[in-house]
Amino acid sequence: MSTNASFRSKVFYTALAWLISGLIFFPILWTFITSFKTEAEAISATPSLFMFEWTLQNYSDVLARSPYFDHFINSVVIALGSSVVGLLIAIPAAWSMAFVPTKRTKNLLMWMLSTKMLPPVGVLIPIYLLFRDFSLLDTKLGLVIVMTLINLPIMVWMLYTYFREIPHEILEAARMDGASITEEIFHVLLPIALPGIASTLLLNVILAWNEAFWTLILSAANAAPLTAFIASYSSPEGLFYAKLSAASVMAIVPILILGWFSQKQLVRGLSFGAVK
Amino acid sequence: MGSITLKQVTKNFGDVNVIRPLDLAIRDGEFIVFVGPSGCGKSTLLRMIAGLEDTSSGIIEIDGQDATQLAPAKRGLAMVFQSYALYPHMSVRNNIAFPLKRAKVPAAEIAQKIDAAAKMLNLTDYLDRKPGQLSGGQRQRVAIGRAIVRQPSAFLFDEPLSNLDASLRVNMRLEITELHKSLGTTMVYVTHDQVEAMTMADRIAVFNGGVIEQVGTPLELYKQPVNKFVAGFIGSPKMNFIEVEAQANQLTRTLGVRPEHFKINEDAGMWTGKVGVIEHLGSESFLHVHVDGIGTLTVKADGDSPIRSGDQIRLSAADDKIHKFDAAGNSLNATPVAASQV
Repeated sequence: MSTNASFRSKVFYTALAWLISGLIFFPILWTFITSFKTEAEAISATPSLFMFEWTLQNYSDVLARSPYFDHFINSVVIALGSSVVGLLIAIPAAWSMAFVPTKRTKNLLMWMLSTKMLPPVGVLIPIYLLFRDFSLLDTKLGLVIVMTLINLPIMVWMLYTYFREIPHEILEAARMDGASITEEIFHVLLPIALPGIASTLLLNVILAWNEAFWTLILSAANAAPLTAFIASYSSPEGLFYAKLSAASVMAIVPILILGWFSQKQLVRGLSFGAVK
Repeated sequence: MGSITLKQVTKNFGDVNVIRPLDLAIRDGEFIVFVGPSGCGKSTLLRMIAGLEDTSSGIIEIDGQDATQLAPAKRGLAMVFQSYALYPHMSVRNNIAFPLKRAKVPAAEIAQKIDAAAKMLNLTDYLDRKPGQLSGGQRQRVAIGRAIVRQPSAFLFDEPLSNLDASLRVNMRLEITELHKSLGTTMVYVTHDQVEAMTMADRIAVFNGGVIEQVGTPLELYKQPVNKFVAGFIGSPKMNFIEVEAQANQLTRTLGVRPEHFKINEDAGMWTGKVGVIEHLGSESFLHVHVDGIGTLTVKADGDSPIRSGDQIRLSAADDKIHKFDAAGNSLNATPVAASQV
């Protein structure tokens, strides 16, 4: 009786999980399929899921019309640059918060997180004016700076959480063994925290890659990353669904591949066995 | 090489005095054990000696030099932690080499020292393994190896055996004692286990509430505890305390008798009671005897004693085996050894 009931609930929840996953995945699938349709089919009133004439025309049009690789390079520079610069700031910050906390550390962490609760548009004008005055508009440097700043709280939080898991005694042992603070961080803390640092880096690359508020506002032609490249297909000349979809797929694929390959790296429990 | 002197050392965490002003002279080459219940400040004091905790006031001298403000690595001490604190991403070899590399020792010398330490600690076959692939005892030996290669002036041990199972603990206890004999280096050892303290120490410092209650050799503490706390803490099972009625002209408020010092008599005795639970250990038995007006006394008897649960027995103790304590819990027995030995 009870086995039967548990079997039925298992079937129910499995079906529910598939349904929800399907709902979430459907727009991405639809984008992918649309990218292979002609513009006419893409806006057809009776859209077809698979039964249409598949074409690669949109991809060649998009590549011909806009400098995809320039945008791609911009995206790579902005996403990686901001993540690496962010890590360089976040690692020492998280180290001090995790290992030498003060009475105000918790408040500081909350304050950092609270900056993420502010709608970005709230600081649009000051940031825009600052960028204008420092000639940072439409520069990769400017976008790296702004991406670093908006993702820094998350990086510090993530690293802080990982570092807290590392037993203090290991770092104290390093100190007794004569390691300076830099040696302690490079020879002991970072290798142990590598999975955590890698996932922090990856998450921030993804966040920076997909960020579409500041990149659209602060970039024009020179520094525009792939998000701006996608957006250029939904504008003045009208909507081109099929080309927009092709551009989206081309923007998504690199980060998807990165995520796919790095996921295995992230789940290695390196610190196992260090402390009983 | 290896004397440590503490002068009026204190430690405060905020408003809490973890260590009250404390003096202690650790002699070169001695094995001293800090023992006490958890939270008594013994580990904090060890970490202060190591330099991992700041000293609120007072002076810590190592080999006659003021080391109070020195960085941990500059003190010439090595520490073995309760959790071993090995570097999980390094092989055993690199774990042991770490302090030598930091000290810029030439590679050939490092290799030679690692080999010597590995041989001494039976780790030769495990040098290329990671700590995660070792047993608890092996990990502890790696931690000791990492400490040995630095040739420190003193070793600090922070409850190094408490993560090991009972039989391994006995082995490691012996190994550490033998290590001390062969190296002759000062060892400061923190434990809450009085058996470890008694079996390993040249001298024991008994801690309670941030102060040292007594310092002395194991037998001094056993035979001449200065107060009720030390009397109760040293010895297993613990000393029985018997309250006596307050009388004029008499300072004694409590009598203390160790379980092994009771005599079981047929006819006469100072205390009469009924035997409750009997714990048989084979070679000996511990009787829990309920005495009216006093409570339960623990009495050691022979393993083949005919006494059964429910029997009435009479107990007495030789005068020189009875410890007397005043109202404040201080010993009234002659020649306390506390202050003079510090």
